[in-house]
Amino acid sequence: MAPYEADDNTTGKQDGDLRVRRRRAARYVVPVAVMGVAAATIGLVPALADSGDPDLPEITAQQLIEKIARSDVQQLSGTVKISTDLGLPDLGGLESGLLSGGPASGDDEAGSSADPSAKLTELVTGTHTLRVAADGPDRQKLSLLEDAAEYSLIHDGKDVWGYDSRSNEVYHATASESADQSAKEVPATPKDLTDQALKAVDDTTSVTVDGTAQVAGRDAYRLVIKPKQSGSTVGAISVAVDAKTGMPLKFTLTPASGGAAVVDAGFTQVSFAKPAASTFDFTPPEGAKVTEADETAAKAPEHGQKSQEDLAKGLEGLKVIGEGWNAVATFDTGARGGLPTASAGGELGDLGGFLGSFGDQVKGDFGSGTVFKTRLVNALITEDGKVYAGAVTKDALVKAADAAK
Amino acid sequence: MSQAEGLKELRGPSPLWSFGLLRSELLTTFRRWRTLALLGVLAAVPVLVGIAVRIETSDGSSFGGGGPGGGGGGGEGPAFIAQISNNGLFLVFTALAATLPFFLPMAIGVVAGDAIAGEASAGTLRYLLVAPAGRTRLLLTKYATVIAFCLAATLVVAVTALAVGALLFPVGDLTTISGTRITYAEGLGRALLIALVVAASLVGVAALGLFVSTLTGSGIAAMATTVGLLITVQILDQIPQLDALQPYFFSHYWLSFADLMREPVYWDDLVKNLGLQALYAAVFGSAAWARFTAKDITA
Repeated sequence: MAPYEADDNTTGKQDGDLRVRRRRAARYVVPVAVMGVAAATIGLVPALADSGDPDLPEITAQQLIEKIARSDVQQLSGTVKISTDLGLPDLGGLESGLLSGGPASGDDEAGSSADPSAKLTELVTGTHTLRVAADGPDRQKLSLLEDAAEYSLIHDGKDVWGYDSRSNEVYHATASESADQSAKEVPATPKDLTDQALKAVDDTTSVTVDGTAQVAGRDAYRLVIKPKQSGSTVGAISVAVDAKTGMPLKFTLTPASGGAAVVDAGFTQVSFAKPAASTFDFTPPEGAKVTEADETAAKAPEHGQKSQEDLAKGLEGLKVIGEGWNAVATFDTGARGGLPTASAGGELGDLGGFLGSFGDQVKGDFGSGTVFKTRLVNALITEDGKVYAGAVTKDALVKAADAAK
Repeated sequence: MSQAEGLKELRGPSPLWSFGLLRSELLTTFRRWRTLALLGVLAAVPVLVGIAVRIETSDGSSFGGGGPGGGGGGGEGPAFIAQISNNGLFLVFTALAATLPFFLPMAIGVVAGDAIAGEASAGTLRYLLVAPAGRTRLLLTKYATVIAFCLAATLVVAVTALAVGALLFPVGDLTTISGTRITYAEGLGRALLIALVVAASLVGVAALGLFVSTLTGSGIAAMATTVGLLITVQILDQIPQLDALQPYFFSHYWLSFADLMREPVYWDDLVKNLGLQALYAAVFGSAAWARFTAKDITA
């Protein structure tokens, strides 16, 4: 390995050069091999670690549903990964502003970024990692992991705390108040989602047990819930139920149109041991801005109040057509002429034109209207201001509108 | 220069001799004005951040919380900046989060890019190789020096931030980002752990810089290429269409050090980050070896 390696061969210099060059090239095999080994490891290890579906005693769907109902897990901690893909256009910040509405949309006087109702609507799109911990009915914690920050919702006895570490803001409510409710409104864990799905189970649904699976290192049964009728956008709901505790570990909703799951929420890690008591202790950090729940309610901005009143007025006429999975909700907005069009002028007109560009124009016995599609929920807004919405296909919506005429 | 000391201790390759080579390399690197200036710039960052936050919050308001956009928009600026005014220890985390994307890796790029190419362009590389250390050993020594600089640079940022934070802001028990309380001593422990993780996050860039350094005979070209690659990767990491590739960019998991401030610590991304850095170090380290041991040294 002297500095001048190639000079020791004077006879047959060409051969020597070639050999040296080959030997030099051979050294590059090392980095290439390292890369190859790494690629193989990344590709193969998950496949090898997947030890196949576990062997569990046979069970009927009825028994499994009863097992879920009987399941009484009081203590657990774990990590949940939830991905939602409704096929909505990614509106970034605009969407969170629209969804959270009044109280929390950046209005300093009225809201707090630590308000749970504002924060949990973020779960509606994208992939999120949550941490859940529970110790009996009085102590629960749900944390939404963000980049270098975290939003925690802590229920400890009669206190409910929301803490947003990014802005160092705290939201406080007592459990009897509405905050507790709003925490429950957005289903986040596989168990919440499964409870919702099982509510929909009736004679229009087929429920089967489809083998077993491994979720978060635990043996689980797979329960598959399928609508029997055609016309629903829901293809199938698959729930992995822990064989030991009866606790739903993974919830997947696939659309009838195929493709990626609309909702996929599952534990990536779970433990049924008692979480450390300190997990549920919370004292607002020094200097944090604390918002009390009743304060927020009192100071809710007028425009938020007004739009809620409008909404309430609209919802008065809410009717449900059909049953089971094909149920379509309908109400009359009272706004003749359907969507405000761009020609109507003003800010609302622009929004109307903007929304209209997302929709499909449809015609039927009911007249004409616009269908807004997501991968799960479709909505039809007719020219005469009626709204039909449900987890059904476009054709089923038009049929429902025709029938209602 | 370093070869003078290296020659003085010429006793044939032995572990002790390697240590002598490493020591002389370290002394050469850390005595350079360039290195000291880089460390000075890094030390200035926490001072500036600390003073800025101090001025911003001197009227008693908290940073970020009441800022423009308020509410959901309170998260502008580097991570943890909202907590600094309440606990000086958070300045350590903010300073590391502010320097990790650019200042730290740039400093590493300068030192790593200069490691071989700088010697070559100064005409001192062949003298280093006259000593019977062997090219592999010399390369390992150079890499060890760069790693030592990674650690030193990170610690300079962390220690300055700790001192400035303690001077300007109250210190005491702190709240983790999960909302639980930990004592100041435990917070210090976490800060040290975070500094070590940040230093380890730079191992990949260091190996990349060393490889680039073996490709060229010009120190400036090697530094510019390394820093250019760094910026390119940072930009590509922001493009959503490339999300399938992004997990393999060396900078992708850098900010995962913040996961050490969760309770319990969320290890997934941290482990991915360290694994990725080890992979970069192995691939580009061995590529640098392949290049350097097969290269004609003409200067």
